[in-house]
Amino acid sequence: MHVFLTITGRDLKLAFRRWSEFANPLLFFVVVTSLFPLALSPEQALLQSVGAGVLWVAALLSSLLALEGLFRGDVEDGSMEQILLSPAPFGIVVIAKIAAHWLVSGIPLIVLVPVVAMSFQLPTAALATLAAALLLAMPTLSVLSAIGAALTVSLRSGGSIIGLLVLPLCAPMLIFGTRATDMAANGEAVAAPLYLLAALAVFAVSLGPLAVAAALRVGLE
Amino acid sequence: MKLPRWFHRFGSAPYVYGLAGLLSPWVGGIAVLLIAAGTYGGLVLAPADYLQGDSFRIIYIHVPSAYVSMMAYVILAVAAAIGFIWRLKLAHAVAVSIAPIGASFTFLALATGAIWGKPTWGTFWQWTDPRIMFELLLLFLYLGYMALRAAFEDRDKADRVSAILGVVGVVNVPIIHYSVIWWNSLHQGPTIARLDGPTITLDMLAPLLIMIAGFTFCFAWLLLSRLQGEIVRREYATRWLRELLAGSPG
Repeated sequence: MHVFLTITGRDLKLAFRRWSEFANPLLFFVVVTSLFPLALSPEQALLQSVGAGVLWVAALLSSLLALEGLFRGDVEDGSMEQILLSPAPFGIVVIAKIAAHWLVSGIPLIVLVPVVAMSFQLPTAALATLAAALLLAMPTLSVLSAIGAALTVSLRSGGSIIGLLVLPLCAPMLIFGTRATDMAANGEAVAAPLYLLAALAVFAVSLGPLAVAAALRVGLE
Repeated sequence: MKLPRWFHRFGSAPYVYGLAGLLSPWVGGIAVLLIAAGTYGGLVLAPADYLQGDSFRIIYIHVPSAYVSMMAYVILAVAAAIGFIWRLKLAHAVAVSIAPIGASFTFLALATGAIWGKPTWGTFWQWTDPRIMFELLLLFLYLGYMALRAAFEDRDKADRVSAILGVVGVVNVPIIHYSVIWWNSLHQGPTIARLDGPTITLDMLAPLLIMIAGFTFCFAWLLLSRLQGEIVRREYATRWLRELLAGSPG
């Protein structure tokens, strides 16, 4: 627990001192979502029907953008090697780093998305579900992207590959997330997709860090 | 527990290279025979479907390739996991050899599905069909695996990193599969006649089973020859391979 808090605290401190790094993906999200009405048509009915999907895909892409640097800085300045050599269990370190990243990139997105959703004329009833679904989906997304980031950590340009590796794995999350939002907009019961999102999150958080740790170990060899 | 000696032999590149060379013509021969028999049975002997006419016959390519595409991914992941855990280079070689074959069969399944979809569903591509989506995502998984490998210059590292991706992928395959099915069930079910409407008769089923067996052997054949190539690529500096290649004519 001590290790977890130390690493999380350190990463949060680093993130807040370079705030533009976590602000950029959020700006990217806002820009991408505002391009859609321009590209499709500003018709209210259309925006309402595609809104949930657009928001989810944009959130997915923007968080991918953020995750390339998740381990890179630490690997390049050598601190990751020191952490690996320390007696601290590496799995805990990985979970701590993912958690810190989730706090600085996931939480602001959860606040931001419902605001943007209103501009897409999504019914107010769906906003709470949207936020809840995002809250449940973000840990899964963070873990999956962390796997992508860890696999490509020793590559000079991993950015374009991460998307190819991670996005197919994100399909289940995207399906349940958009479905929950759509069902809430239609006034249906949304418990089932939310439960499934929660199940995915538990699954990803419990098994994912093992894969991340293994990939980082190989990457640092 | 002591492992028998024949088991350890699978870790030796010369032995596996020789074994692959020995098995390859037999496996290839069986594949050719089975596929020829299945093609004859499917195109000539099987009766035309009363609903779809002759267009259903593409099933004899479509279903076996879809089956092989999924089987190949599981074998890839198992081989990659064995290579990662026991550091067996040959297991990695198997995983590497499978990826392009699996991707090709996945593409074949998608392409034949699209060709079949045109006369039966009226469109080449039906986004609401869960199986199409699943095969498409499977193709992306294969391509991601290959792209990740290609990005590494060091083969050893590429082996180990891509092995992790393979295992992560295979854990996700069932989740993706069921989520895609669930996604579809929430839409209005497509009210289009499907093959599973009329029960399949034996004259139609038998060639299909023969074709599935034939495609499996064909997959094994391709795998064996790709594995030989991969071993040559990995071991080109070793003495046994130079002697072998110098000794064999051509």
